[in-house]
Amino acid sequence: MSYHVNEKGFYGQFGGAYVPEMLYPNVEELRQNYLRIIQEPDFQEELQLLLKDYVGRPTPLYFAPRLSEKYNTKVYLKREDLNHTGAHKINNTIGQVLLAKRLGKKRIIAETGAGQHGVATATVCALMGLECIVYMGEVDIERQAPNVARMKMLGAQVVPATSGSKTLKDATNEAIRDWINNPEDTYYIIGSVVGPHPYPDMVARFQAVISEEMRAQLLEKEGTENPKYVIACVGGGSNAAGAFYHYLDEPNVELIAVEAAGKGIDSGESAATSILGKDGIIHGSRTLLMQTEDGQVTEPYSISAGLDYPGVGPLHAHLFVSGRAKFMNATDEEALQAVLELTRLEGIIPALESAHALAVLNRLGAKPEEIVVINLSGRGDKDLSTYLKHFHFDEQ
Amino acid sequence: MNNRIKNLFANKPKGLLSVYFTAGFPSLNDTETVILELEKNGVDLIEVGMPFSDPLADGPTIQQSSTVALRNGMTIPKLFEQLQGIRQKTDIPLVLMGYLNPVMQYGVERFCQKAGEIGIDGIILPDLPLREYVDEYKAIFEKYNLSKVFLITPQTPEERIREIDSHTNGFIYMVSSASTTGKTLGLAEQSQAYFQRVASMKLQNPGVIGFGIHDNETFASACNHASGAIIGSAFVKALQQEGSLQENISTFIKSIKH
Repeated sequence: MSYHVNEKGFYGQFGGAYVPEMLYPNVEELRQNYLRIIQEPDFQEELQLLLKDYVGRPTPLYFAPRLSEKYNTKVYLKREDLNHTGAHKINNTIGQVLLAKRLGKKRIIAETGAGQHGVATATVCALMGLECIVYMGEVDIERQAPNVARMKMLGAQVVPATSGSKTLKDATNEAIRDWINNPEDTYYIIGSVVGPHPYPDMVARFQAVISEEMRAQLLEKEGTENPKYVIACVGGGSNAAGAFYHYLDEPNVELIAVEAAGKGIDSGESAATSILGKDGIIHGSRTLLMQTEDGQVTEPYSISAGLDYPGVGPLHAHLFVSGRAKFMNATDEEALQAVLELTRLEGIIPALESAHALAVLNRLGAKPEEIVVINLSGRGDKDLSTYLKHFHFDEQ
Repeated sequence: MNNRIKNLFANKPKGLLSVYFTAGFPSLNDTETVILELEKNGVDLIEVGMPFSDPLADGPTIQQSSTVALRNGMTIPKLFEQLQGIRQKTDIPLVLMGYLNPVMQYGVERFCQKAGEIGIDGIILPDLPLREYVDEYKAIFEKYNLSKVFLITPQTPEERIREIDSHTNGFIYMVSSASTTGKTLGLAEQSQAYFQRVASMKLQNPGVIGFGIHDNETFASACNHASGAIIGSAFVKALQQEGSLQENISTFIKSIKH
């Protein structure tokens, strides 16, 4: 079975480009050009240099001794939290902004949930001298204030999305509407492996550097490129796509995608799309989608703004349905406990999103000699106020 | 080709007025009243909007009316129930407009069959791409005698316009400018050039211009370049005025056609 996109833009039954005619020329321009441009030597040269000197790649693959001891297995953390701007998101925004420049675009738009993609977009726009507009749900603007401040500092205009649940889904709707209204000078940097083809494939390719480095680093440290498990959290699924990419065709590597269960799968307040969703269309892509019987998109919930999304990238829908990846989930509470655990055992404060991946370590069933790589997709600075409040450190 | 749409364009090749409204708005059971009042006031074709939670191609007015309609309880089964028997009361061409996901969940074939039985004439689903339509759904739409109406925009290349023209059999929905619905900037100079370019292509399907048409002036201007024009957001706004539905509809249509 193939886990890569086919020439029509599908992963199995999922994917495609279900966009209104108003977006057809933009999406088509991208589809016809993206592979050619990103394979050009001068593009690769510029990209690799920026990833190294600006982003700070390669990111370390850190053996976590106390975490390993606690769970009696070999735990490595892929330190995407050490990237410039604090998360894996910049791997993609650097790539896409270089593409946008080669397509002659002057104005950049983006959606953001936790604000990490918004910050990463605002950052590369500052670097390239491009106008930047970021759409962000009103609810997320409130719960991720530090990132809003960073975007403003970087010169981006942050536009609140006030429709629907006022979170990532609605911010994405607004960004797409902006693109419809500005089809010629504007480039839309999507932050995850979602949206119409070619976005899911393009974003996965830019994030694939994560697993490319993992392979080389594991070879050096363990004498094998392949771990037993790769674990990543999944909202739209960009960090997971990057962490899985070079292992998709290695059947001995178990891929674990961890979704946000919110207050519990059956609580009505959850974002675990693989369990709660069914085949549908959102943001131009056919994928698994949380929806009512009548096909109306339902409001997801997670304490983590970056996982608070009712769909999932079409690659992940395919990995789920085909059984290639195992889907697990963690509740808000479990994620918060995992935050504190990593902080106190290893001295690393993770983002709430990434903590979902850490939270399944206790039920993985990994053996002592097995290697577990967890993609630590981002750092927790943006979530500090949530942490202080939850653990009552603000009262001490 | 569907007979009601065909006859309409044959009998009235110019100056045709098409109106969109969101089913279930302002109140759940207004659907039939709105249709009959629009016909009484001389509207030629009606687009019945099927509300969706995430209407990507729509601006704030239609988003808002969709939210209200969904909150009122509008669903596809409910709409079909309301439209059952509509053909005993009116012969005006009726087109259903909405987004693909709710139709997919209802079942595309079941949807087309039911629409055909009721006497619906055409379907507009902006996010159903031409390629998927041709490969998977065209035979179903034709089996139930439904015209699939496609949108074109100023950015649509000539070759693709011709391809769309060859796969549709009702009319072509000419989006006036690059925008979501409900912008009221008027019809720009570039739009005129685009209208003329499309007119000179001598397509087999008539063209109707929509998006941004909101008053007598924009309606008349659009009618100079195509068989007619479509009004959506401006009409949905008019339905929110104080006064009865009947009065609001009559006042609004008079203001467009005077």
